[in-house]
Amino acid sequence: MVPLAGYLFVSAALFCIGLYGALARRNAVAVLMGIELMLNASVVNLLAFWRYLNPNVSLSGPAFAVFVITLAAAEVAVGLALIIAVYRNRDTVVVDDVDLMKG
Amino acid sequence: MDIIYDPFRVIGDALRGLLGGFGLPDWAVQLIMIVIGVSVLVVFAMLTMMFLTWLERKLIARIQDRVGPNRVGPLGLLQPVADMVKLFTKEFIIPTNADKVIYYLAPIIFVIPAFMVFAVMPFDRHAIISDLNIGWLYIVAIGSTSTIALLMAGWSSNNKYALLGGMRAVAQFVSYEIPQVLSVVGILLLVGSLRMGAIVEAQNTIWFVLLQPVAFVIFLLSTISEINRTPFDLPEAESEIIAGYHTEYGAIGFALFSLAEFINMFAASALAATIFFGGWQGPILPGWLWFLIKSYAMVFVMIWLRGTLPRLRVDQLMNFAWKVLVPLSLVNLTLAGVGVSVMNYYGWQLSSLPGVLFAFGTFLVFNVIMVLLFLALYRTPKVERRNVVLVKQASKSRPQTPAAASGR
Amino acid sequence: MIAIKDQRSKMDWIMEFLTFIVFAGMTLTGAVFMVTLHNLVRSVLAMILAFVGVAGLYLVLEAEFLAAIQVLVYVGAVAVLVLFAIMLTQRVSDPNKPTNNAQAWLAFTVSVAMFGILSWVYAPIKWPALPALPTVNNEPVGSVVNLGQQLLGAYAVPFEVASVVLLVALLGAIILARE
Repeated sequence: MVPLAGYLFVSAALFCIGLYGALARRNAVAVLMGIELMLNASVVNLLAFWRYLNPNVSLSGPAFAVFVITLAAAEVAVGLALIIAVYRNRDTVVVDDVDLMKG
Repeated sequence: MDIIYDPFRVIGDALRGLLGGFGLPDWAVQLIMIVIGVSVLVVFAMLTMMFLTWLERKLIARIQDRVGPNRVGPLGLLQPVADMVKLFTKEFIIPTNADKVIYYLAPIIFVIPAFMVFAVMPFDRHAIISDLNIGWLYIVAIGSTSTIALLMAGWSSNNKYALLGGMRAVAQFVSYEIPQVLSVVGILLLVGSLRMGAIVEAQNTIWFVLLQPVAFVIFLLSTISEINRTPFDLPEAESEIIAGYHTEYGAIGFALFSLAEFINMFAASALAATIFFGGWQGPILPGWLWFLIKSYAMVFVMIWLRGTLPRLRVDQLMNFAWKVLVPLSLVNLTLAGVGVSVMNYYGWQLSSLPGVLFAFGTFLVFNVIMVLLFLALYRTPKVERRNVVLVKQASKSRPQTPAAASGR
Repeated sequence: MIAIKDQRSKMDWIMEFLTFIVFAGMTLTGAVFMVTLHNLVRSVLAMILAFVGVAGLYLVLEAEFLAAIQVLVYVGAVAVLVLFAIMLTQRVSDPNKPTNNAQAWLAFTVSVAMFGILSWVYAPIKWPALPALPTVNNEPVGSVVNLGQQLLGAYAVPFEVASVVLLVALLGAIILARE
């Protein structure tokens, strides 16, 4: 059998890789991808905790996971629309170059 | 009689007994049975694909008053074999500056989902590899992944027509997925389950096409679009963008793409037959024969449509999806929900005759309402007549009229 | 293995463990390639591998519905959208420019430290063993029927709020991306 810790370590590693991607990449789309990875890691955790600690009829884990996935999809749609809008105005998708508000 | 009416169970039991006789443990027998089942399925899919290529060419030829393939074998039946040999022995050419890894991977990734759909297909009462709890959702999820392969093929070819084809494929498939899924949700409400087996069993009194004809039309149109066939085959419109995403693919790559497309076509026909025409249910004949008859009837309809209809324009295609099919399927879903509530309120069951008649009446009213709504709200798109004027010549030729020339 | 059995044989446990290893490996390999590959399109393909691996993990956790949703939403929609966005904005991405910014090393340190902290928290805890999944009406609790009833019953308000959020996001995306 797979111990709960197995899922937790996989999800922790996934989260940290996503964190690195979100912090280190220059391209805004790549940053968004890193964030998606982090959200996925959180969903793995939600389901693993539900399955191991509280597998009851109220399905707190899967229901929460459904909402997280819904919001992640909405976030990607708006995020990419923002990136394309920025690209149209500033001709760049590099996060560091979008610095009009910087004093 | 059992061997004719229920061959899968008889053969399966015999095999299981044989393997058990060797003294193998249960899990090994199970594993071997799964491997055998999957192999049989793959061989069946390959043979179907070869037969479909022949059938399509023959039928299209009849429609266009030609003869079609008739040289290799009787009636040209061995033509697909000759094609296969030719495609497999040709050199697989990689275009300059193509992204090699992705270029290799794309056709393979396109083929896998085509085969995976058959895992939940009910061929007969006991012939379904895995009757998943999430049946229809599984098909939708697997089907949505093929988009990625098309985009990969288009992008990695390093060819603008291929990229255009890939982009078109994505826009089209993402749009038509919505009405395709929504049109079936009404039926899922009636069945109360997502299992493909349950969907078939719920139809032993009445086919769902009689309860949900509008949903069937939506499903048929969006499925033809999803499997990329005329009149919706914009991603590979040869008169505009050569062959779309598989412009650069030859030999085995091309063979894999067409393999997947024909398997998708059969899978789509089989799905339509399963969801709307009662699948393997039918009188007298054995279930698997009914399944094949219904599936091939749908295949015939698709080939017929291809032989009859011209291709749409991109803007017409997208408008049709978002302004006609999506609203219509939402209305259909709402009315189906109302209908199911009415049925539950009065306790009508689809399994009893009065319940079926009442349900038929209710849904008949709803479908008439939907057709009337469609007729009232749908405006036929105006055909834009453009006068062909050769702009450059027209402006140049004006001063050179005979009168102007003589006046000079 | 996905189906519920009261008494699992030893073989089932081994199969489950192997499946977990395969999918966890897929997920982590995909994730690592996603953040390290220079070519963004390839990076998205690695991300798809990671998403499929995560869907496999959901299967091992007996949440088939979420596995299907994961494939449908992430592979079928999110990855396609991201690929589209990359292709639309490809013109500016110069292969000679670095893909990482100046703080990449700092980011790496932070990530490793984060993983260290999480491991330090997780490792000493005695986690309970896998309990049997209860059933409702002869179906496992994770079935689509039960999830649907819960989503429209106990979680009806968040469900409606989520749909409003989706609608607003849809409109916002259209308005933002319109020329």
